[in-house]
Amino acid sequence: MIDLPPYPPLDPSNYYLIVVGTGVSESVSAAAASSSGSSVLHLDPNPFYGSHFASLSLPDLTSFLHSNSVSPHPPPPSSPPILPSNSHELISVDLVHRSLYSSVEISSFDSEILEEHSRRFNVDLCGPRVVFCADESINLMLKSGANNYVEFKSIDASFVGDSSGELRNVPDSRAAIFKSKSLTLLEKNLLMKFFKLVQSQLAESDDTTTTTVKISEEDMESPFVDFLAKMRLPPNIKSIILYAIAMLDYDQDNMETCRHLLKTKEGIDRLALYIKSMGRFSNALGALIYPIYGQGELPQAFCRRAAVKGCIYVLRMPITALLLDKETGDYKGVRLASGQEIFSQKLILDPCINVGLESLSSLTDQQNETLRVLVPKAMINKEKIARGICVIRGSVKSDISNALIVYPPKSLFPEQLTAIRVLQLGSGVAVCPADMHVLYFSILCENDDQGIKALLSAMSNLIRLPVPESDSSVENDTCEAKPLLLWRALYVQELVKGEFGGTISSMPSADGSLNYKETVESAVKLYEQIMGSEELFKEEETSLENTTEENEGGVEIEEN
Amino acid sequence: MHGRPRKASKPEEEAASAAKAVKLRSLQSQFMTYHHDKIYTKEAIELSTKLLEINPEAYTAWNYRKLAVEDSLSRIGPDPSLVKPILDEELRVVENALKQNFKSYGAWHHRKWVLSKGHSSTGNELKLLDKFQKLDSRNFHAWNYRRFVVELTNRSEQDELQYTDDMINNNFSNYSAWHNRSVLLSSLLANRADGFVPEKKIPDEYEIVHQAIFTDPDDQSGWFYHLWLLDQTVNVESPLLTSSWPSHGSSVILSGAGCFNGSPSNFTTFCSETGSFPLILYFDQAVGGVSSLTVTLDSELKGNENLVWEPISNKSSQVSCVWVARLNFSSQPCGSKDYKVKVRLGNSPGIVSSRGFNFSAPYEFVFTAHVHDPAKDSQERIVSWTDGFELWDAQSKDLNSLVTLGQLNAGIDLKWRQAAIDSEIECFRLLADSKIGKLTLARLLMASEAMMSDAAVKGVHYEEILQLYNDLMALDSSHHHYYKDEHSVAFLHKVTSSSESLSRYLFRYRDMNNLVCLRLNKLSLSRIASVNKLLFVQMLDLSHNELHSTEGLEAMQLLSCLNLSHNRIRSFSALDSLRHVKQLKVLDVSHNHIGKHSVDTTRYLCSSPLSNSDLSQDDVRRQNPGLVTKYWDAYFVLRDLNLKQLDIAGNEIAGDEFNSFVLQVVPKLVWLNGQKPGN
Repeated sequence: MIDLPPYPPLDPSNYYLIVVGTGVSESVSAAAASSSGSSVLHLDPNPFYGSHFASLSLPDLTSFLHSNSVSPHPPPPSSPPILPSNSHELISVDLVHRSLYSSVEISSFDSEILEEHSRRFNVDLCGPRVVFCADESINLMLKSGANNYVEFKSIDASFVGDSSGELRNVPDSRAAIFKSKSLTLLEKNLLMKFFKLVQSQLAESDDTTTTTVKISEEDMESPFVDFLAKMRLPPNIKSIILYAIAMLDYDQDNMETCRHLLKTKEGIDRLALYIKSMGRFSNALGALIYPIYGQGELPQAFCRRAAVKGCIYVLRMPITALLLDKETGDYKGVRLASGQEIFSQKLILDPCINVGLESLSSLTDQQNETLRVLVPKAMINKEKIARGICVIRGSVKSDISNALIVYPPKSLFPEQLTAIRVLQLGSGVAVCPADMHVLYFSILCENDDQGIKALLSAMSNLIRLPVPESDSSVENDTCEAKPLLLWRALYVQELVKGEFGGTISSMPSADGSLNYKETVESAVKLYEQIMGSEELFKEEETSLENTTEENEGGVEIEEN
Repeated sequence: MHGRPRKASKPEEEAASAAKAVKLRSLQSQFMTYHHDKIYTKEAIELSTKLLEINPEAYTAWNYRKLAVEDSLSRIGPDPSLVKPILDEELRVVENALKQNFKSYGAWHHRKWVLSKGHSSTGNELKLLDKFQKLDSRNFHAWNYRRFVVELTNRSEQDELQYTDDMINNNFSNYSAWHNRSVLLSSLLANRADGFVPEKKIPDEYEIVHQAIFTDPDDQSGWFYHLWLLDQTVNVESPLLTSSWPSHGSSVILSGAGCFNGSPSNFTTFCSETGSFPLILYFDQAVGGVSSLTVTLDSELKGNENLVWEPISNKSSQVSCVWVARLNFSSQPCGSKDYKVKVRLGNSPGIVSSRGFNFSAPYEFVFTAHVHDPAKDSQERIVSWTDGFELWDAQSKDLNSLVTLGQLNAGIDLKWRQAAIDSEIECFRLLADSKIGKLTLARLLMASEAMMSDAAVKGVHYEEILQLYNDLMALDSSHHHYYKDEHSVAFLHKVTSSSESLSRYLFRYRDMNNLVCLRLNKLSLSRIASVNKLLFVQMLDLSHNELHSTEGLEAMQLLSCLNLSHNRIRSFSALDSLRHVKQLKVLDVSHNHIGKHSVDTTRYLCSSPLSNSDLSQDDVRRQNPGLVTKYWDAYFVLRDLNLKQLDIAGNEIAGDEFNSFVLQVVPKLVWLNGQKPGN
């Protein structure tokens, strides 16, 4: 951060909105604000787009994780007090960087090969993550026109795993139920009946004229897990619905450890998202799609849209301080690392940007109030997410490249409190060389050890660790089929919520869910609070260019 | 493609379609001129192309093109390099027409025509079909055409079966795919293709169709396939003899006119005015070719060397389940001598089912005939259905000889069939909460009963079957009649399942020398079944039921007294089958609905007096043409019967005019509505 290349001063130096960080939420805000005609400056301290949603090469990912992790935290350099240019009116408050990652451990088992291909990887920081076809993020892309900059491919299959190592197909559609080999006839019957019930429930909520409610109000308010039991669904199917379709994290059968007991109403909503996703795009195989070249393409697409609408972009440009009005305490602007001062009416910040506690003591109450959202809070909710990335040779399931695997709570070991999700992606989505796959793992956890332990357990279930030559013969038979591990990263990420603070707002970190639904919904809500606007991308709707050229296996997302 | 609501068209769309129609009309009239004048110039052909691309349904244009192709082919000679471009152009036109409407019969047919010329490559056809089937996987035109191409290209049936697998995996709600599967499997099984043996394949198919049925019981396509499978499981290809009269090992007492007046009567006494008795053969499916060549008789009864076998069928076809020959006994001296009769079938080929399978398992049965003096008592007494009945003695040994199994279990690979049905029953008990589940279970249980050979467990399913049909009647009122009929069938199967259960419905009728009467009255029967077990019956009481017709009774060639009062007979046409029952003397059809409904749809299935030219003018028709026209259905039935007693009171049709008409048609009638005519 010290060796910044010289930048010419920015002109103009006054904007309506400054956005710092190019994560999904920030990029959506920047695109929305520029398309509504506001002047926007979008900054990112990194040399790439996407911030915590970026897709990076293996070396870049390694250095990003290390420089944003807690353990080797260098004390913040006490910057020489630089007085604001018109110091009689403004005061400057130094910013500190908050590290989101901890317990970062990166190991390479075949550095030679990885070295050779190192630039052919596009590895997600926020994985495992996919896009549901009926996801709000897709709607926003269509609305904003950002869909012109991304291409998707289908996730081929989804599975449920357990400690036996067997992966069973998730029966998520009529055809899948029909084909399933792991369900009994009666289970197929009950599951399809349940899907039909959900579908008729959805049809009715769309069509208000019919008043025959299939699921009673009382049932809608009851826990989803109880409702599933009431529908006579056996435990294995309940588990598939809860963790592999509704994508829940917490063990719904364990009241003590379950932080979020889902109501039937919410459960139906989650299934609705899945069901609607399945049928949305005719050329998508199932409910889930993934952007070619990685998740980093999504925020970038919004940024490009914003740039088209006049937003100014500067990468490699951290901000070092905020400028406040001395008298009123109101926010006025930021100081860039280049030293230039830029002014705006509103400011949206990446969740990593905080105000140092020591600098707060000298401020007035009004000034403190302005900076409220940037004050690091004691974590009330100790929830974290442990993530893992593995590069493997081969695939966890033959003939299948892009696949989602879910290990429901307790399925791997008795103390497993939350579901583990695994996403395998291959060269078809241009994230790795042809004969390899990238695997993403995640689990919600209370502390780092707990999370890392669960991830390792899931990894050993799917992958063969390279063993020294001497004792390779011992386990040869059992491990033969499993793919070989080449590279591995383990890290634990804090889950930070976004916060609206009037002129200065802080965006959330990447959340613990599999898709963008909540991220985008909270970004939209926050944006509406900040800008007071009624609807995002209001005027964009008709400006859709329908590009329908055939691309092999690709999913063209279009309004239909 | 399916289940899309039809939208009302907007005014501007209507205007556009009107403009299109004007254009089309002018094209069409121009085209017709060319066609009429047999002009096959390039310009004329292009016009037909244009017409077909707009309207692929213009059948005449397709025919015109065929003529045009023939015309140009006749001029260029057999050089393939010249023929091919002409035919390729036809294929292109068809493809464009199909893009316009892929359900156009004319277009598909034209394509077949072009391909059968043999000059076009067939390689692209399956690819084209894939395209159309992607658009609509059920499109039966595409499936039909696919079968045509497969035959043309000699693609293996196994490959095609795999294709239906793929289509069904993709979306099992596909009648066409299931249907094609049944066609392919039939052929593969019939040809005993590699590994295709029914005892292995049929259970596998059950396994597949279960996945569809259980996943979505509301989807009918799987159920249809299941029904086909059940049919394959239950039905044996070659026809079998299920029963006969007289039955194997029985002994019959024959007597001339009037009723035999001797010791207490039993079942096997038969009186005949004509001195002959019927020999009845009952097959499990309609067969043809029963004759003195295919059925040989070893008999001490003289005068039966060249028996005439007659199919008993309402349709005047030469196939029937029931065949009858009349054996003469009048030339035998009366006395105590027993005449042995041995009947042999299947020794020489010729008995063939309507599906083309031979009666292959030779079978023979033996009975003895005892000829008695004709009784003196020829007084015509009225038969009363109200009293004079006594319950039959259930211990009677005579009974056992009547209810025999016939040939059913001879030499059939019943084992896998029974196993398949048993596992199906177990499986569908799980789905018995749906209507179709109940119906299928009932059908399976019936099939299981039909195949059961162990007398000890035979009949165990009937209570459950009857309960299932009762449930279905309550659940699904729109198919009530069907369930009712099936209920009747099951009930009659139950009654006839053992001599013990049958004996509960057997009575002696005192007034006619203890003639045996089967009383199936007040049982709300709507259909007649199990007649093959009841061939011995001479007196039958079916009163107070819900019968609409006498269909099935024609097999009961011994029947002389029949009570159908208080049923739902709507016309004399519904009694048509009785015309085959030559012995019938007493008929009670009182209190039915005959004449109540002026428009009777069954008339149209019957021969009409006006259209039937082979009927010679008889006396009644000459004297009373008006009444014959008015009561033609009664006329045709009654004319062929030899009734002595008829009750028609309580029907709309009954009245002085009809009574006098009846007496004209049946002058020998002794009792009409309980009275002697003329009194």
